[in-house]
Amino acid sequence: MTRFSERGDAAIWLTGTGLGISLLMIAGMIAIILVNGLGFFWPRPIERITLDDGTVLMGEIVAREGIPRPGTSDHLRQFRIQMKLGNRDLSGADFRWIDERAILRRERPEDALYIERREYGPFIGAAARLTDGEREVASGSEAVWQALAPLVAKAGRDRARIRRLERDAIGGVNYQIERERLRLRAIELESRRRPDRDFTAERAAIERRTAALQARYADLEQELAGAVEEAARTRVTLVTAGGEEKELATLDIFRACPANRLTTAGRARVYASRLWEFVSGDPRESNTEGGIFPAIFGTVMMVLIMSGLAVPFGVLAALYLREYARQGVLVRMVRVAVNNLAGVPSIVFGVFGLGFFVYLVGGTIDQVFYAERLPAPTFGTGGILWASLTLGLLTVPVVIVAAEEALAAVPRSMREASLATGATKFQTILRVVLPAAAPGILTGLILAMARGAGEVAPLMITGVVKLAPDLPVDGFFPFLHLDRKFMHLGFHIYDVGFQSPNVEAAKPMVYATSILLLLVVLLLNLTAIIVRNRLRRKYQTSAF
Amino acid sequence: MAHTTAESEGPRLRLRTDVEFARPRRGQADASPAVELRGVNLFYGRNQALFDISMDIGAKRVTAFIGPSGCGKSTLLRCLNRMNDLIDDVTIEGAIRVQGQDIYARGADVIEVRRRVGMVFQKSNPLPKSIYENVVYGLRIAGIRAKAVLDEACERSLRGAALWDEVKDRLHQSGLSLSGGQQQRLCIARAIAVEPEIVLMDEPCSALDPIATSKIEELIDEIKSTYTLVIVTHNLQQAARVSDRTAFFWLGRLVEYSDTAELFTKPKEKHTEDYITGRFG
Repeated sequence: MTRFSERGDAAIWLTGTGLGISLLMIAGMIAIILVNGLGFFWPRPIERITLDDGTVLMGEIVAREGIPRPGTSDHLRQFRIQMKLGNRDLSGADFRWIDERAILRRERPEDALYIERREYGPFIGAAARLTDGEREVASGSEAVWQALAPLVAKAGRDRARIRRLERDAIGGVNYQIERERLRLRAIELESRRRPDRDFTAERAAIERRTAALQARYADLEQELAGAVEEAARTRVTLVTAGGEEKELATLDIFRACPANRLTTAGRARVYASRLWEFVSGDPRESNTEGGIFPAIFGTVMMVLIMSGLAVPFGVLAALYLREYARQGVLVRMVRVAVNNLAGVPSIVFGVFGLGFFVYLVGGTIDQVFYAERLPAPTFGTGGILWASLTLGLLTVPVVIVAAEEALAAVPRSMREASLATGATKFQTILRVVLPAAAPGILTGLILAMARGAGEVAPLMITGVVKLAPDLPVDGFFPFLHLDRKFMHLGFHIYDVGFQSPNVEAAKPMVYATSILLLLVVLLLNLTAIIVRNRLRRKYQTSAF
Repeated sequence: MAHTTAESEGPRLRLRTDVEFARPRRGQADASPAVELRGVNLFYGRNQALFDISMDIGAKRVTAFIGPSGCGKSTLLRCLNRMNDLIDDVTIEGAIRVQGQDIYARGADVIEVRRRVGMVFQKSNPLPKSIYENVVYGLRIAGIRAKAVLDEACERSLRGAALWDEVKDRLHQSGLSLSGGQQQRLCIARAIAVEPEIVLMDEPCSALDPIATSKIEELIDEIKSTYTLVIVTHNLQQAARVSDRTAFFWLGRLVEYSDTAELFTKPKEKHTEDYITGRFG
């Protein structure tokens, strides 16, 4: 009989346990993120609570926990609840812990409204009056709610219209005025260099155009003011549980729901609407509310630019190292260096990117091409191009290592087959080696993307900002603005979760943003994996 | 960084001026040999693998290289189309002429050499492309784009490799979908598609079953009127069956080289006799 230590049983258990623990940790992490992140958008019932000191509070109950009283007999026996009260503008704090023993009465009033608005977080209370200008349209909570619902929908359309006016029309004119100003500045710089030439005619033309643009700007301003005034005419007066009144323009209301009257389908609709806003909207309230579309866009775009830079360079370098360089001590040293480069902490790359790309390269570009904009930097400050380049630098070693392995794995017999028919080395590489190595190279891309998408540290100093007013892609020439700063999901998590003034309100956003970051990485990887499998099927090598 | 240029990644050549292209006494048969080797020494690093090989290989004949494993017969074969260039740290001395042209001369065009001297490998190695693309690969890289020319060459080569009837309806399937024997014939088709003068075969049947082997042997018999064939084999019966002349190598030296019938029936050397009678090897 074989001794136990010689049989493999223990090894099976040991290896199985290792795998099990890893899976458990991953599953647990994903479950926590999913529950906390996705649960956040589900509309919860609103409770009105009367305390023994006569205070009346209304809000969502978000948590319940035992009260720690170490040493006494009721340690963790008594409970307290955390309520989200909203109404930050009136009461100052929108979360409050309440000892359950102090509660006299709990009820769920039918007319409770949960209103998401532009400022100060949600309002929780009941409706009292609806006015259109001076005229009162409805009063009493039921009548106001009936009249309010269509007005909220209209507010969404109004906001979109105002936004178009602001961003497209006024933004466009602004952009042109800025261009004229830069032209003028360029002429000034030019005339300083060549005092003999006469620039009067050009100057006059610019001034004429600027005046026309400014007139147009004034018109648009007026149009905008009119639109805002028109849309803000309907106002609703709300009343809190404590009896305080608050008047709100319907234009500022994003969503209103009678939380206690919703059916399950109604809740699902609110849920879907909130989720959609989260994915497709712009952030509000210093990122603690609204959507994170700019961050998704920035992340994806940065990863794509980074891959577009890192993969070609990495593959070229790997080709030289593996195919052309004479394998010797030097090549081995380079290989070790590349492997070590892949392990350099990312912040080091960030500092390098800031010093080299932003200050040196960007600064030089500004002096040569954008002299008229100085001292305001164009490329001489962090931007999506520099951030992508820095991350590209960070991921190039990963690509090189993977591509080298892929090239080495192409069987020699395949190269010989090509060479023996009279192909040059270059033809062999192009037609046989690279296609056969493509799946392995894509593996490198996947690893690089996974690493790049999750980096935050180097981005913080090379171009990521808390709130970018414009996407790096828009309708103004040259459409792709690589010099712009951008938002990033990873940085968003850090910023919302740990730099926000209202941590309690931002907590669910952290989880929801984490889900999206995971999802973005997953989707990017999945795309690459599908492409890789397709290539693998196409170029699969002989079975024996 | 030390690197090799695109095509001259060759072995280091020590040119010998004392090599004369006079006929060697032994193994003399042809009026105009396809390949002439004179005093070929080959080193892997410091290990010498071939010792002073001199021989002529007759045109439009089948020449077999036999000998125990590690005797250098494949190495010598790979010298004939400069496939050894792919290995770092190989040094070749001596001279090899193909159709009178020294293929290791300074400035010799490796690509041209390989186009003239095709090769079929021990392990069938179809490219991961369609059957059609495999066959016309050599033509495509030579820059031929005309579809009619490619189609014609494809059919001619596949017929030449006795594979046409089996694959004519699925030319655009992957070459890897064929059986082992078919793959090897596909490789032969690929080699002859560029119309080489010489085809080198490095143990072409060692991975095949007897039926596939006999097909390849029939094929060799058919194409020997068109091409000069050099075949390395471990299978003595095969050498006896298909070749006109046989060379026996042992420990990197050419021991005996004569007409196949003579070498197998009346070997002059003791080593040859021991090997073909199965006393070692």
